[in-house]
Amino acid sequence: MKRRSVLALSGALLAGALAANPARAADLIFTSGALAPVTEAQKMRTVILKDFKSPVTFLPDEPPAMLTRLRAEVEGKARVSSLVGGNDGDLAVLAASGALVPIDDVAQQLASRGFAPDLMTMGKLGTDKQLYIPWMQATYFMVANKKALPYLPAGADINALTFEQLRQWGEAVQKATGKRLVGFPAGPNGLMHRFFQGFLLPSYTGGVVSTFKSADAEKAWTEFAALWKTVTPNSTSINFMQESLLSDDVWIGFDHVARLLGALEKRPDDFVAFPAPAGPKGRGWMPVVVGLGVLKDAPDPAGAKALIGYLTQDSTQLITAREVGFFPTVKATLPPDLSPGLKMAVAAIQGTGAAKDSLAAMLPGGLGPKGGEFNKVFIDTFQRVVLRNEPAHDVLARQAEVLQRIMTEANAPCWKPDPVGAGACQVK
Amino acid sequence: MKRRSLPYLLIAPAVIFLVVLFFIPLVQTIALAFETKSGLGIGNFARMADDLNFHDSLVNTFRFVGLAVPLQLAAAMGMAMMLRHLGRGRDLVLWIWTIPLGLSDLAAGLVWLALLNDRGYLASLLYALGVVSEPQSWLTYETPIALFVAVVIAEFWRATAIVVVILVAGLQLVPKEFGEAASVFGASPWRIFTRVTLPLMKPSIQSALILRTVLAFEAFAVVIAIGGRNFPVLVSEAYTWQNFNQEPSVAAAYAVVVMVLSLAATVLWLKLLRTPEEQRA
Repeated sequence: MKRRSVLALSGALLAGALAANPARAADLIFTSGALAPVTEAQKMRTVILKDFKSPVTFLPDEPPAMLTRLRAEVEGKARVSSLVGGNDGDLAVLAASGALVPIDDVAQQLASRGFAPDLMTMGKLGTDKQLYIPWMQATYFMVANKKALPYLPAGADINALTFEQLRQWGEAVQKATGKRLVGFPAGPNGLMHRFFQGFLLPSYTGGVVSTFKSADAEKAWTEFAALWKTVTPNSTSINFMQESLLSDDVWIGFDHVARLLGALEKRPDDFVAFPAPAGPKGRGWMPVVVGLGVLKDAPDPAGAKALIGYLTQDSTQLITAREVGFFPTVKATLPPDLSPGLKMAVAAIQGTGAAKDSLAAMLPGGLGPKGGEFNKVFIDTFQRVVLRNEPAHDVLARQAEVLQRIMTEANAPCWKPDPVGAGACQVK
Repeated sequence: MKRRSLPYLLIAPAVIFLVVLFFIPLVQTIALAFETKSGLGIGNFARMADDLNFHDSLVNTFRFVGLAVPLQLAAAMGMAMMLRHLGRGRDLVLWIWTIPLGLSDLAAGLVWLALLNDRGYLASLLYALGVVSEPQSWLTYETPIALFVAVVIAEFWRATAIVVVILVAGLQLVPKEFGEAASVFGASPWRIFTRVTLPLMKPSIQSALILRTVLAFEAFAVVIAIGGRNFPVLVSEAYTWQNFNQEPSVAAAYAVVVMVLSLAATVLWLKLLRTPEEQRA
């Protein structure tokens, strides 16, 4: 009798503990590598997902941690997540390990939403099956404190800057204030590698991989090293540019829209937003696509697909743009009542895409699990050439070997702006 | 029968805990480190050693251990001796000294970051006093020595208390009569300390050194909070390879290096500070 009551008590306790678990078993689990910052995650939970028909547990994490978690779910045979959100590169890692199921049925069902066709093509990740549905898009641009504007070089148009003019601008600011006030997000969690892959190298070389050790690339790195002399040494600790802009540590900064918007929203009157600079080969820029995929052996595939439908409908896409600053992937007109900060961001992004010399550089694709190592090539080159002043020619020759090994091992074909073709992309 | 199995039953939970959470992951990590595409090999170690940051992280780790551990031992010894001569308030002082032990590594690192960064409390104070004319950056890649000193100071503040606690416990086992006898024979306080107290403290110094050296080789949160990518150490490189480069096998190679270094340090201290059998209590 006594023993039985102990058993009953512990059973009740166990049930209580299970019920108290925030990820309730009945909920649809949505794991995401996007919208990981607390404020964004909170908006996702309390505003964006609020009107979905059934309860959703939104579990965002920084992309590397998100990938590790999903790998643990697969290897531990404990499938919890049904839907995954992440940027193109992270979803490619998942697809390469067979963790995503084709969702052509969803693509067909949602065809009337008017997704941008090239985004839908990206969602196939180089296969003939739809592996993710584009959910949100974004890009990178620059923000300057209005205090820096008087030092713009004579004749420079802030909406059509060149790298040369950015360097002169930084120098003028340094001369006037005695401080280095240009900033780049080169901290451990910063997105500096995307600057090299999508902005600096395409602008100077018209490519990324194929032109990696060309004379143009040498010029890009050497001139960037010269520009770096006007960059605050705190840059190697900056992960989110908005914080440095708001604290006046940086007057002219580059970053992802989601990491700039905080500054624009908080003090819209103090800042201007404008496209990243151009080089000899054009104004390189990188569109970012965040997609939604359904996980293999998901506990609730039907719920996941329904949630994709919900997140890509016009009204949700507009709410998403307003709340977290990621823009629609479907044909939806942004409402006129946007906040001033968001308006500036939209103008900068549209200005980048519509620039005469615009040169879109896609996110690295087809690298599968090699994506991290690929990024490391650019960060290592940066450390050697810019931070340690090693000669660009030698560093590029050495890093090119590493890059070629990665491309060959991943058998990844080139992506734009490199000449697209079959077979592993070659460093020329 | 029942009586013979009882001791095993009693240690079973601890053994299961150690096997599941320490031994199995240890074997898995070692296996991962030696696993390459072409079977077992040292390919991951070659990649680790060939990396840009390997040399820096190795040098930084040894510098860090080499400076922090002796400093901590010397300071803790002094603090323990001071406590011995305190009458009232001894417990209060000990309690205050051990407060940092209750703080998480990362929190301690962030506290020091808030104190030392270019808009931190120290910079603001110096600025207010007119010592510096504008905020100074000390924690960047351009100021490696200041950065190193800051990391050592933070670690010193955070982890000296554990050495103090071990040495205080050891000191309590040293009978005061020995010192008094030596003093009767005319030994100076310094001579008593070096010839009587210190030799008798050897076992606790040994424990403290083993613990501190191993933990200093594993230093991570304090270093990453203050130094970030500017001050790579072995463990932070393991983290970078696992988290950012998504290469668990190279991360495992780093983990094996840290483990080998820790084991070597332990053996070294066991040999160097061996207490002969007849002297053991």
